[in-house]
Amino acid sequence: MTTTVIDPETATRTPRPSAGTPRRPGRRQTGGGAGAYIVLIVLALFAIGPLVAVAFNAFKSNAEIGANPLAPPDSLSLHNFTEAWTRGDFATTMRNSLIICLGSVIGTCVIAGLAAYALSHLQVPGGGVVVGYLFLGSALPVQLFLVPLFFLWTQLHLVDNLFGLIVIYWATDAPFATLLLRSFLLKIPKDYTEAARLDGASDLQIARRVVLPLAWPGFLTVALIVALWSWNEFFWAITFIHDPKLRPVATSFLAFQDQYSTDWGMTSAAAIFMLGPVVLLFLVLQRRFVSGLTAGGLK
Amino acid sequence: MTTAVAGTAVRAPGAARARRRSAVIGWAFLAPLLVLNLLVVLGPSIATVYYSLTDWSGLGPAKFIGLANYTKAFADPDVHQAVLHNAIWFVLFGSVPLAMGLLGAYLLSQIRRFQVLFRALYFIPYVVASVVNAAVWKMLLSPTSGLGQLVGIDHSWLGDTGTSLLSVNFVVDWHWWGFLAVIFLASMQSIDPQLYDAASVDGANRWQQFLSVTLPGIRPTMIFVILMTVIWTLKAFDYIFIMTQGGPAGSSEVVSTLMYKQAFNEYSAGYAAALGLSMTAITAVILAVYQYLRKKGWEDE
Repeated sequence: MTTTVIDPETATRTPRPSAGTPRRPGRRQTGGGAGAYIVLIVLALFAIGPLVAVAFNAFKSNAEIGANPLAPPDSLSLHNFTEAWTRGDFATTMRNSLIICLGSVIGTCVIAGLAAYALSHLQVPGGGVVVGYLFLGSALPVQLFLVPLFFLWTQLHLVDNLFGLIVIYWATDAPFATLLLRSFLLKIPKDYTEAARLDGASDLQIARRVVLPLAWPGFLTVALIVALWSWNEFFWAITFIHDPKLRPVATSFLAFQDQYSTDWGMTSAAAIFMLGPVVLLFLVLQRRFVSGLTAGGLK
Repeated sequence: MTTAVAGTAVRAPGAARARRRSAVIGWAFLAPLLVLNLLVVLGPSIATVYYSLTDWSGLGPAKFIGLANYTKAFADPDVHQAVLHNAIWFVLFGSVPLAMGLLGAYLLSQIRRFQVLFRALYFIPYVVASVVNAAVWKMLLSPTSGLGQLVGIDHSWLGDTGTSLLSVNFVVDWHWWGFLAVIFLASMQSIDPQLYDAASVDGANRWQQFLSVTLPGIRPTMIFVILMTVIWTLKAFDYIFIMTQGGPAGSSEVVSTLMYKQAFNEYSAGYAAALGLSMTAITAVILAVYQYLRKKGWEDE
């Protein structure tokens, strides 16, 4: 999670989809030619081939997978999906994951939104130090605070507790979210907030009525990234949630895969449950994901 | 900030009051973030410094033992092995995805059509959960129903002490290079096209243009990526923990997985704290060097 050192302004700069077209003289483009496309296609197959194979295998019986692990399925049997759904108790774990995602997103947006507003539109003495700390703090390895945190959470009865996990996500995601939102909020002219203040609006009113409506693309990006991280997150979840009934999809999937390690068909179907929503959402909101994640650096 | 404070002295008292009010409200807005950070990150981090000097088991009382954990770590063959694995990891993780990312980004910057599509496809493994990616590759690397079986190589890539670390590293590289390609592409697109024209007028071929225009043009991004590589090498955990648990026989153990086991399986939380703090110290040194070089203007030349 090293938002660190990169300037959020430069990082959020999304590559424009066809940026090559208007600016480059055509002469340079032709040189790419067929050779470039062949290499690019090979790279694309390397990137998504394994995931396509899993999508295929989810529809195949184990005998069929054994005979040919990479080929498309002979028929579209949904047997693996129904079987994996009940045996992996996906109804429960998906619900847990949704609670975790929603809780993390709302909490992070509120906490980071308030902080980002203070660090961009209010004169806070020492604000620069806070920004520096957020940059640096997000580079710290979790190994630094893992063990005492686990001890503390045990004392507070927050282990095996969805809320306990959500609070950790708030703390680990909020620095990134604050820095990203701050870069959005800095683009809103101070005149707007000053004018509202002269009209007698309180800071909370200004934050809600003036800043929030202008900063919503930033919030949307933060919400998407935090939701993605919470859905995919594995390290904190496996350390702090042991009760199978409370597990999120990620760690439950891991346990499921260990249990049915030879049943590739069913494991593949379970994998589709987990990656399907993410990939679909990514394809729809690609640019927002890319800009958010490249700003998030390293998580 | 300092000038603003100095300015208040000569201004009307009303302005000073407004400023003070703004400061109070500002800190109130920052409070949730800071309190949370104190509770989850900063407080436990400080506790780690103390626990690293004790024989704490993770539960119950801790006895102060000075630097014994650190001297133990220096002499521990498991730690030596793990550090060596981190070093191997760094060499591979710092070169393979970087080269692939540069190749992908450079070719993408050359083409006109399907750029968005390719970019999306390369990026997808990065947004898929580590547990899923790991499961996919466990299947593909399995000796009975994977790629090896398809081409007639019956080898347990993850179960062999000679290939376990390399195999896990390969999977991590696979999910990471596309992310780098996208970052590099964004950076390459901000290079002034006239530089390429000037180079080709001078008779530079494609490869020479890449070396003399593209690489210098993306230098700040490159330095940042190398920094991320170093930090991620120290943080390497997820895929190893999921795919091999550091095994077989410690053949894919790195410092972070070793530390995790010490804390939660061996009940040597004090020792684990010393390992965690050492890793943090290394990270801090790297960040400090990076910031120093950045301040000196190395990056923006």
